[in-house]
Amino acid sequence: MPRKKITISDKIETLSILNEKGQLDKKLEPDIDKDVLLKLHRFMMLARKFDERLLNLQRQGRIGTFPPIKGQEAAQLGAIAHLRTSDWMVPAFRETAAELWRGRSLESIIIYYNGFAEGVDIPDDRNDLPISVPVGSQIIHATGLGWAAKYRQKDDVIMTFFGDGATSQGDFHEGLNFAAVFQTPVVFVCQNNQWAISVPLSKQTRSKTLAQKALAYGMPGIQVDGNDILAVFVAAQEAVQRARNGDGPTLIECVTYRVMMHTTADDPKRYRTDEEVEKWSKRDPLPRFEKYLMNKGLLSKAKLNEIESEIMEEIQAAVDGAEKQMAGFGDPMNMFDHAYAEMPSYLKEQKADLARELSEAGKEGNHG
Amino acid sequence: MAKMTMVQALNLALRQEMEKDDSIIVLGEDVGVDGGVFRVTDGLIDQFGDQRALDTPLAESAIVGMSIGMAVYGLKPVCEIQFSGFSYQNFHQIENHAARLRWRSQGRFHVPMVLRTPYGGGVRALEHHSESREAYWAHTPGIKMVIPSGPRNARALLVSAIRDPDPVIFYESKALYRAFREEVPEAEETLPIGKPQLLKEGADLTMISYGAMMRPTLEAAGELKDNHGIEADVIDLLTISPLAEEILVQSVKKTGRAVVIHEAPRSFGPGAEIVSRLVEKAFYYLEAPVERVTGFDVIIPLFSREKAYLPGADRILRAAKKVLAAS
Repeated sequence: MPRKKITISDKIETLSILNEKGQLDKKLEPDIDKDVLLKLHRFMMLARKFDERLLNLQRQGRIGTFPPIKGQEAAQLGAIAHLRTSDWMVPAFRETAAELWRGRSLESIIIYYNGFAEGVDIPDDRNDLPISVPVGSQIIHATGLGWAAKYRQKDDVIMTFFGDGATSQGDFHEGLNFAAVFQTPVVFVCQNNQWAISVPLSKQTRSKTLAQKALAYGMPGIQVDGNDILAVFVAAQEAVQRARNGDGPTLIECVTYRVMMHTTADDPKRYRTDEEVEKWSKRDPLPRFEKYLMNKGLLSKAKLNEIESEIMEEIQAAVDGAEKQMAGFGDPMNMFDHAYAEMPSYLKEQKADLARELSEAGKEGNHG
Repeated sequence: MAKMTMVQALNLALRQEMEKDDSIIVLGEDVGVDGGVFRVTDGLIDQFGDQRALDTPLAESAIVGMSIGMAVYGLKPVCEIQFSGFSYQNFHQIENHAARLRWRSQGRFHVPMVLRTPYGGGVRALEHHSESREAYWAHTPGIKMVIPSGPRNARALLVSAIRDPDPVIFYESKALYRAFREEVPEAEETLPIGKPQLLKEGADLTMISYGAMMRPTLEAAGELKDNHGIEADVIDLLTISPLAEEILVQSVKKTGRAVVIHEAPRSFGPGAEIVSRLVEKAFYYLEAPVERVTGFDVIIPLFSREKAYLPGADRILRAAKKVLAAS
């Protein structure tokens, strides 16, 4: 009855291909189609500029609270780029870049963050779940979707996103454990952005990495530089392929940083230093990718300016379009829609009550 | 027709629906090889295989969360939470997601799942195995809450629940699982969700109950008729939410007097909502204050003293007499 070391055969890798100075590890450079590279870049810039504009709109009181994504564009786009439209995206709430890539309109996001359900935009041909606010609770849905895809013998892949804080939740454990037990085709993308509102990663876990948690579930796990879109792309490509081939789930830890506040209702100066933010700002995923593309001759200063002005126009058109739409929104009666497949009689009465209340208020010239 | 216990009737419902529709997946702890700790899913694994009678790891939140994902994909999961006392571990999945995905996606997705779980006292069980907390679920918009009261309606309602496009919480009284047998037809039978049943008709009193409490309620109604010549409308709610008040209101307009009976604690219980509806819709017809006969507002006692907690025919009879005496 000896006391011996148990050898765990799996190992946890960390992957970086394009470092913060824009230096490339040639040996690890993936072969990505030129059009895909340029599309990734365009969406990175779109997500960045749109995020800045949303913040601006929020500060002007033109939209409500929203969670900025600045700095996390590579972690999202490098992963989501591998999904087919028929695959499933199960987001948390800080995945605007991934949502844009999937085809969600800028207008819909503005409308949603201004508090209108009309901003929910999931056409029938796109298998994306709406954003999920309770931290980590959506992880299990991905496992269920994956189980169902496998049961139906479809090669659909499910990709779910969550943050470092979510890894402390029971649902993270349950979702990954179930996925491994049932070998469901799920890619778990953890955007380790170092902060869960005011709680740093060091107070979230004593684990050296988040990727290593995969070992406990018997699934592959990998840590990547989440601000290096090439590294995220490679890791996600392997994970999506594994899932598509029926070889089960993967956990990817993208090490990144939440450059901005948790949401616009939060003031990060209360809990972290400017030096830290400064340090991470130098690791920005966008300039290093631009440098890479320029070195490859795919991008020039002039082209960059052209793309930027196109994007700024697109954003302005979306703001104008969304505000025009919102100005035309009618009464709030659609709050009663979609509670049940069929409306219960008491709900019909409540709806009629509100309609009466609104019409009476209207007569007095006090329409909400 | 065969005489069946509620366990057998529920098993029949699952079996027949699973034969018709391969999107129905039964999942939960011990539902496969073991056939469920109460044997409701007995034999399903033999007939349908281990993917459709799926033994899961022990985690209530994941059982429900996974069911949500399966339902969104297009399957019809029927998950079992072994005891409703453990369903608070998955409460957030119901409240935050199952109830809301239709709304949150503005109709793009819906969650046609059933959560079956045993509830209630009367089987001399350990702590956490005897509660009656239907009000938690009934309070959540988007959820349907169904509680059958016997083998035949349990079978018919479970079939309807499985076919329902909305998430249904299906409470099964442990005390009724093997308490009595009823004729259950082999041929398909359904009962509409959201429609109470009038079990007995009378002009003197309205008695409203559901689930395991239907038996003492009917016993008290029989006693009133046999020994006092009082005839009561006895209504079995069957669906707690969405609560269909029409039949209750209609009855009280006729009788002017009502007693509501449930084993759940009184404060903020289903009885509070029922009485409110009666006050809103039939106040001027009431000839006496409505009485509630319920569990007390305490943690249900350990089983040796459980009988004193649970409403019985005597307590119901006392309340009925009080309502009848008031003028």
